Amino acid sequence: MWFLQINRQYLKQFDWYMLSLLLVISIIGVMTIYSATRPVITTVQPNYYIKQIVWILLGLAVLLTVSVFDYNWLRKYGYFLYIPGLILLTLVLFIGKRGMGAQRWLELGPVSFQPSELFRILLIVGVSKYLSTVNGLLTKRHFSIALMAFGLVPFILILKQPHLGTSLVLLSTFFFLTIAKKLEKKVMITLIIIAIAVPPVAGNLVWRHLKDYQKKRIVAFIEPDVDPKGIGYQIEQSKITIGSGQLLGRGYLKGTQGPLRFLPEKHTDFIYCVFAEEWGFVGSAIIIMLYLLLFLRGISTALRSRDEFGRYLALGLTFMLFLYFFINMGMVLGMMPVVGVPIPFMSYGGTTLITNYIAIGILINIRMRRLAICY
Amino acid sequence: MSREYFEKYSGLTIFIVMLVFFVLALRIYQLQVLQGPQYREAANSNKIRVITLPAARGIIYDRNHVPLVKNEPYYYASLMPETKNIDTAGLSKLLDINEKKLITKLKKGEAQRFKAIVLKEGLAFKDVAAIEARRSDFPGLMVEPNLTRHYVYNNTGSHVIGYLGRMTAKQMQSAEYDNVTPETFVGQWAAEEFYDRQLRGSAGEKIIEVDALGRQLKLIGQTKPQMGKDITLSIDIDLQEAAEKAFGGKTGSLVVINTTNAEVLALVSLPAFDPNDFVMGIETDKWNAMHKDKRHPFLNRALQSTYPPGSVFKPVVAIAALEEGVTDANSGTHCNGSLEFGKYSFGCWKSHGSVSFHRAMVESCDVFYYEIGKKLGIERIEKYARLFGLGSSTGIGLKRGVDEKDGTMPSTKWKNKAAKRQWFLGETLSASIGQGYVSVTPAQMAQMTAMIANEGIIMPITLLKDGNAAMPRERLNIRSETFDTVKSAMYGVVNEERGTGKDAKSKIVQISGKTGTAQVIAGRLKSEQQKERHRDHAWFIAYAPSEHPEIALAVIVEHGGHGGSAAAPIAKQVIESYFKGKAGK
Repeated sequence: MWFLQINRQYLKQFDWYMLSLLLVISIIGVMTIYSATRPVITTVQPNYYIKQIVWILLGLAVLLTVSVFDYNWLRKYGYFLYIPGLILLTLVLFIGKRGMGAQRWLELGPVSFQPSELFRILLIVGVSKYLSTVNGLLTKRHFSIALMAFGLVPFILILKQPHLGTSLVLLSTFFFLTIAKKLEKKVMITLIIIAIAVPPVAGNLVWRHLKDYQKKRIVAFIEPDVDPKGIGYQIEQSKITIGSGQLLGRGYLKGTQGPLRFLPEKHTDFIYCVFAEEWGFVGSAIIIMLYLLLFLRGISTALRSRDEFGRYLALGLTFMLFLYFFINMGMVLGMMPVVGVPIPFMSYGGTTLITNYIAIGILINIRMRRLAICY
Repeated sequence: MSREYFEKYSGLTIFIVMLVFFVLALRIYQLQVLQGPQYREAANSNKIRVITLPAARGIIYDRNHVPLVKNEPYYYASLMPETKNIDTAGLSKLLDINEKKLITKLKKGEAQRFKAIVLKEGLAFKDVAAIEARRSDFPGLMVEPNLTRHYVYNNTGSHVIGYLGRMTAKQMQSAEYDNVTPETFVGQWAAEEFYDRQLRGSAGEKIIEVDALGRQLKLIGQTKPQMGKDITLSIDIDLQEAAEKAFGGKTGSLVVINTTNAEVLALVSLPAFDPNDFVMGIETDKWNAMHKDKRHPFLNRALQSTYPPGSVFKPVVAIAALEEGVTDANSGTHCNGSLEFGKYSFGCWKSHGSVSFHRAMVESCDVFYYEIGKKLGIERIEKYARLFGLGSSTGIGLKRGVDEKDGTMPSTKWKNKAAKRQWFLGETLSASIGQGYVSVTPAQMAQMTAMIANEGIIMPITLLKDGNAAMPRERLNIRSETFDTVKSAMYGVVNEERGTGKDAKSKIVQISGKTGTAQVIAGRLKSEQQKERHRDHAWFIAYAPSEHPEIALAVIVEHGGHGGSAAAPIAKQVIESYFKGKAGK
């Protein structure tokens, strides 16, 4: 009975606004996946769009489950969840399945999933817990501990897979959250100095450790004409595809560029291009507006959260989703190097979608309990 | 304090996020609105095309590694589907095709995206040069290579090798052909069809960007074609050729089997067809003519036709009788030209007088076999016939969906079921001389002969070289004295005085055999006096050398008349050519 009572009280507080934004973007995603995977040679429509619908339904179930139980349990078990997460990440390096040049998948019977995806949530939960337990400013000692546990170790583990996109997103989210906590002046100044001084030194070091395809992407971005293996070509095609949408677009299912130009990533990383070609500037403007509203809602959730843990958690999750969106858009619009990250909620892909749905579920959870109802 | 800072920090975050969105929106505006027309044009002028890269099909070799087929390149002319304002009159002249046909082809192809519309296939290299010279006059016209088959031996062995064709509607839907692109030729008959999966490999494809003239600008992606695997048949093409020649234009079938490993060395079905007629798509007239041909060139008689075996069935009955003890090598009977049974009279082809077991085989006396058949009963005859593989298909590869025939090996149970009638003893008598309900395929007969020659080795016949290499050697549980008795009689058939198969007697090698004459219609008219389609089928089964057999065969000449005169000489020629060929190698 208590369960029902809580539900009724919270039902009024449920963040329908956030859920609606999420669903509208997801449905647009499914429609675009259908269009992007239209068959070229045969007449058989691949079932990607059906799989995506299944993932969305599954994601919704997970989202609702996550939003029902008070997020307090996340704080309680934050570290207990984080440590197995780190272990899984380590495991994947040794026994993971290779796919498309990277080792990201773990196979559990018939299911294979990418631990680095779920780990995104666990990391933000862990950082938020740590930050909320510190009283006052983050001292040098606090920051160093946090940097080791939540910054460098996961960064290196994920970079090793290699998954440049996610490792950068997570490291950035880590810094973003520590600054949100407020650092001691000394630490802050040191960080700023490092931020200015490190790139030239570390750049060289990092460059040497980049995988070949990662180097090519960067070269291709700086000098598209060099065009090693057609990556510059991909950026060029991305621009042509988006641009050819013009003001009103070619119309749904009438895009001619999408289905072919970005093999094999048309329905994953380049899904936005397919959408932009068919719906034009009007459609593009509407969809980025939807994303903007979603991110703003996330930040506003952080501001209203009932406790410090909730604040960092909400802000961190929102920032992470924003970064993925930003990196993807920067890539398809030809403003940043090709870093293969999917655009949240629209791109095809199960683990990523479920993870992002969990993030939204937590945001809804935090917002629902902002008034700290006593029972 | 912390709360205030957090709010400020969040405010800053909101500001940055909105700034980022503003920049993104500007960039999208720049790409889609300001530069939109240029990008639209860039998208429209450069078109994408998907080109199938044909996979080289596996080669079919004969047992001596002689290639029976060759892959030959040919060219086809095609047109980009987006092409507008086509000069159909000029194009039809250039390609030498009917303008109306051309227009229908173009209409049909309009709907397809990215794939060129095929206009004409089978272009030779000089046609290609002519088209290339005029290509700038026909924007969007392209010439691409593909691969097809050349069958080196034309008609010879066509029922073993088969032919290629476009996928049928049924094949297109079958999972078996999932990875096959519509322009690929697939096997439609015999080995080409049966081993298609190994032979075909998988086609690759190339996705390219082309300009308005169809010239390649950029390679977007490609998957390489994967060559098919070669297969080596058990057929000896020289022997096959000799066997087909030996028929001298007659209709019939012949199967030669290696007695030690059950590999088929030659498989003849005549008349045959030239698979080269099919490679580029057969013309309708020719196809209709071949299908209306009363001699049915598309029927593989060795596997799909069943005939009453007649007297070539007798060795099995003899083995059954010896094994079951109803007769022995020293027994005999008196033949006065017929056996009275109830109100019926069962005839023999001549009055043999007194005959022994041995002479009954040599001279093919029916009366003797009526008697032992009566003693055996149909069930025991059926049991032995089945041991030698009669009445069920050999399982050799022909074509999926087209049945190799089982033939019929009757029993009382079979008749109750099939005809809802009881079995009459008279029918047992007919069956004991291979008439009545008994019917077999030439391949089954050859298999039976091989099993007599090798004294009961159980092994399925195969069309692949070393196809039985992994088979265990098992033997029928039949006494070797029984085989000795029957084989000595079969030696007599060819080599003794008044033997019915003396026309097969050879100076090169000792041949054993048995003649058979299968009645097409009942009656006692001499076969030669009847219309051809009513004449009897002539059978001959043989193996050689008589002492240590290497090959066994069965021949049938449809409506050939008497087995001894029509079929035995063919068998002799084929066996001699095998041993001559062996000596030559």
